[in-house]
Amino acid sequence: MKKISIPDPPVPAIEVRGAAKSYGTVRALDGITLSIPRGELFGLLGPNGAGKSTLINLLTGLVRRDAGEVRIFGYDVDRDYRITRALLGAVPQELVYDHFFTVRQTLKIQSGYYGVTGNGPWIDELLDRLELKEHEGKTIRQLSGGMKRRLLVAKAMVHQPPILILDEPTAGVDVALRRSLWNLVRQVHAAGTTVVLTTHYLDEAEELCERVGIIHRGVFVALDRKDALMRQIQHRKVTLEFASPQPRLPAPLAEMGASLSADGASATLLVDRGDGSLQRLFEILGRGQIALADLQVEGAGLEDVFLQLTDEKRRPDAAGRIAAGSAP
Amino acid sequence: MSVLVEGFLPLPFRTLFFREIHRFFIVINQTLLAPVISALLYLFIFGFSLGSRFGSFHGHSYIHFLIPGLVMMGLVNNSFQNPSSSLMISKFEGNIVDILMAPIGHAEIIAGYMLGGMFRGLLVGTCILAASCLFGLPPFAHPLYLILVALLSAALFSLAGVTAGIWAEKFDDLALFPTFIITPLTYLGGVFYSIDTLPPFWRNVSLFNPLLYMINALRYGFLGVSDVDPAWSLAALSIVAVVLFGVCLQMLRSGYRLRK
Repeated sequence: MKKISIPDPPVPAIEVRGAAKSYGTVRALDGITLSIPRGELFGLLGPNGAGKSTLINLLTGLVRRDAGEVRIFGYDVDRDYRITRALLGAVPQELVYDHFFTVRQTLKIQSGYYGVTGNGPWIDELLDRLELKEHEGKTIRQLSGGMKRRLLVAKAMVHQPPILILDEPTAGVDVALRRSLWNLVRQVHAAGTTVVLTTHYLDEAEELCERVGIIHRGVFVALDRKDALMRQIQHRKVTLEFASPQPRLPAPLAEMGASLSADGASATLLVDRGDGSLQRLFEILGRGQIALADLQVEGAGLEDVFLQLTDEKRRPDAAGRIAAGSAP
Repeated sequence: MSVLVEGFLPLPFRTLFFREIHRFFIVINQTLLAPVISALLYLFIFGFSLGSRFGSFHGHSYIHFLIPGLVMMGLVNNSFQNPSSSLMISKFEGNIVDILMAPIGHAEIIAGYMLGGMFRGLLVGTCILAASCLFGLPPFAHPLYLILVALLSAALFSLAGVTAGIWAEKFDDLALFPTFIITPLTYLGGVFYSIDTLPPFWRNVSLFNPLLYMINALRYGFLGVSDVDPAWSLAALSIVAVVLFGVCLQMLRSGYRLRK
């Protein structure tokens, strides 16, 4: 039995400094720096090909970096690879499978690869939590796509690693199971596990993550706490529901760029928190000339942040400022 | 805070080794029964039907001459196929990442695949030998030498299988080895005939065939006679096996075709 000691804080769970990786002429990672403290639930977002999986694979050792430094609990991923790999559990993005073995055999083999034996009760618990218990005797080919995805999650957790990396864990999973996976991630995180999550579902990151990094073209264009990022979005969407349907849009609202719904029952407009348009709207409504039944103001979501920062046409200077201002 | 990992060093290696054995037992018809049936057919056709026309080999019957060759043929083919096809299937299905992300040392990975291949090769060889009882077992002139040669040959071809499995990017790449290398070298390496029966030119050409030394070394172990020097065969086998282990180690260390 070998004991791997994890240094006490302030050594971060994951530390990446100046990591760079190119595939031929394509620069996948361009000097990425990132520090994830232990116990954090970190969301890594970005469009396809942004460099998310390359960054994840630098941690797991599947990709060799061209430059920089990567440490897991202070251990170097190259020099101390046996230790760092034992400390990580990773769900790969692709549906990998081994058709020779059943679900339970797969988990036992995976345990063995990580030097863990006699963990039958934990395997039972994982199978239960991931709703795979009744399929434990099936080979992987007999499982649906969602079941295969859940098996990958079980494999990543079978050695109870202190860091769990989930690369698109809910892709192809139905809504109910997605929720149950979220609950599992929350439970694991609450028990002290550091979780790194990449996802295309922005609501997933919004729901689960404490801090978010948005990666685009191999660099972080944003790296901050989720709520701080969302505060950076200035506009609000306002929906005005009229007391009675309007034949045409009231002139003051038309001047503010509002649009009328097809049935004339409501109007929507975007107002900016910074340019006084919100106050102007309330002045118009305060005159009492427009009778309202209801009013809704929607704040910005992570999706707005994501789109603003990764949309080339809208990104130029603002994105650079955000990245420079919020990177640790 | 700390993480306890039970049996940290040996268990990952043992797991890989037993996985390799378990895997080929799941498809036992193609991995064990098929090569044994093929060898029995060779024994029947060449041993019974045609054997009497070949005369004797240093006082031994043709069928006794043939059995070591067929044992070696089954042994090398299956030692090669186990790791090469296992690695290729793992790459194809993507589960190779399970090994690459696990805390297993490079040498342990090679040893796990190698021993799995050796196990299958030696099992097939033993089964062919057992099945050849039907035709009369050959003597065991040098049993220790025989065991050593069998172990080294299995190790060498398992390591060749690991190398090929890492190198190959598709199943078609892998098919090059049995089709263009192993089968021709085995057939031309004296499984069915003694190179003394060849014209001098082709006899000399045959001396460049590494399989000739392996087959004759095994034959020496059984019959006590060989076309080539048995000591030289043993030395060559050992050297090539060590070199191949080094090649595999370098491939894994550099991440050749496994890590990006």
